[in-house]
Amino acid sequence: MINNPKKDNTFTINFGPQHPAAHGVLRLVLELDGEIVDRVDPHIGLLHRGTEKLIEYKTYTQAIPYFDRLDYVAPMNQEHAFSLAVESLLGIEVPRRGQVIRVLYSEIGRLLSHILNITTQAMDVGALTPPLWGFEEREKLMCFYERASGSRMHAAYFRPGGVHQDLPDDLINDIEDFIYTHPAVIDDIESLLTENRIFKQRNVDIGLISPEDAQLWGFSGVMLRGAGLAWDLRRSQPYEIYSELEFDIPIGKNSDCYDRYLLRVEEMKQSLKIMKQCIKILRNEPGPVSSSNNKLFPPKRAEMKESMEALIHHFKLYTEGYHVPEGEVYRAVEAPKGEFGVYLIADGSNKPYRCKIRAPGFAHLQAMDYMCKGHMLADVSAILGSLDIVFGEVDR
Amino acid sequence: MTANNQSTTLSDNDISDLLKIKFKKSIIDSSIKSDLTFVIEPKILKDFIKFLKESRDLQFSTFIDICGVDYPNRPDRFDVVYHFLSLKKNKRIRVKLSIHENDSVESIVDIFPSADWYEREAYDLYGINFANHPDLRRMLTDYNFQGHPLRKDFPLTGYTQVRYDDTQKRVIHEPVELGHEFRDFDFESPWLGEIPSGNDKDIGEDD
Repeated sequence: MINNPKKDNTFTINFGPQHPAAHGVLRLVLELDGEIVDRVDPHIGLLHRGTEKLIEYKTYTQAIPYFDRLDYVAPMNQEHAFSLAVESLLGIEVPRRGQVIRVLYSEIGRLLSHILNITTQAMDVGALTPPLWGFEEREKLMCFYERASGSRMHAAYFRPGGVHQDLPDDLINDIEDFIYTHPAVIDDIESLLTENRIFKQRNVDIGLISPEDAQLWGFSGVMLRGAGLAWDLRRSQPYEIYSELEFDIPIGKNSDCYDRYLLRVEEMKQSLKIMKQCIKILRNEPGPVSSSNNKLFPPKRAEMKESMEALIHHFKLYTEGYHVPEGEVYRAVEAPKGEFGVYLIADGSNKPYRCKIRAPGFAHLQAMDYMCKGHMLADVSAILGSLDIVFGEVDR
Repeated sequence: MTANNQSTTLSDNDISDLLKIKFKKSIIDSSIKSDLTFVIEPKILKDFIKFLKESRDLQFSTFIDICGVDYPNRPDRFDVVYHFLSLKKNKRIRVKLSIHENDSVESIVDIFPSADWYEREAYDLYGINFANHPDLRRMLTDYNFQGHPLRKDFPLTGYTQVRYDDTQKRVIHEPVELGHEFRDFDFESPWLGEIPSGNDKDIGEDD
């Protein structure tokens, strides 16, 4: 960091809202002293769609697709938090196979997000090849999304009570093939970046934050682990079947942008390890994937052709929806970007009374001013790249 | 880091007792049922949060969230809800307070700098005023936006819409005009209550 004692020649520039390194629609008002950043004032909300307001007017089932549109890089992880919140208000359990599928797809989401972030972080500091290689892999992962849910991105696959449908066997085989071929691609991308002189010059010792400050600024996920704090909700407050899976949680040492990159690479490898275990369980343990309570979860299509009861249940679920007992709950998951939480207040009707979405990116972006102060202008985009910002979730 | 401190962690009951002894009648209500929740009087907010953060037994030093909730039929219209996390003790806590529409809440930016944007957001969406906030501007809504959209009396469709006007060569705001009427179906049936909990199959129980 460079501190310039002279403050007489500051000037203000606008960064964004349309800038390739702004990762969407971010407007940064930068006060510069020469090339040194004095103050950063992020203006957000250009992608604000009123998600929380809309959810108050929709039934619980109709609210799920809104979560896909928050962090659209890893859609199912968001649905997960909402489903957990609704489930805990309803007091229902998800069958084991449903939990395993959720974990499998949460980790696919983590891969989707980390591939995007690692490669675009590289692009922000000047490397163009990693995104081209990485996006090919994302394409394969999005096909897995499509084959499970029917949609590449806006899946609406995790529902309160389980997941929408079981996975076909050949999909499980193909995901397994991917697990064995993907490490080679990670190695390829690493060979371009990890020891790359330019990449290191742009990222090492940039965007430092102390463990104490990381907590005060509400950091979570990789940002917190990068600062040397061993904290991962999958391990410390486990949900679904994470407590019985084997995986390591990488911790950073220097809390700079380069450490965060290394952590994400390592987390991808750990995700593959988790996915491998999930596939083994899926092969060995058939069973239901969703709650059998038809007052909550729609009956199977075939059943509806035969049973009047099933038809009524289906009709009621897709018009009135289900009622959630009065209460409030906060449930969080370890999304790829950090702690994604949903604070849900139910008033006993079929619509949420209030649904506050706690997005990790919001807290991270807020610390831009703190982290950029004293850095050079070019470091702004490197720091922004390492924060892993997606505007769908920041602006909601 | 978290694991070796588990043994000294207070239970929810102990935390509740500790805070009740310290703050006595200023704690209006508390619950340890699902999430640890305290409803407090607005005037002790800063002391309370400072205590949560600095007490060695609690160490709620990670900021999670602030949000507003609107109950238009209550005299104290708004709830402000704070969430904190203790990495050391692996615990979460929720602090709630109720305020009147015209009252303001003390800002906690000097305790948690990250409260800044969250308070701005609550101000933007609910119109809750935070006293001594360094820069209480709007956060998520458009520049020059009027009103507070997450209040229950704010219509879902809003009041204005924007479009590019070709004659004036600029983006203009005009009163919202819907192509068809806003559809808000009331599907709630009068005879069915809450769904029965549990995973048991109970077809044909109440039809």
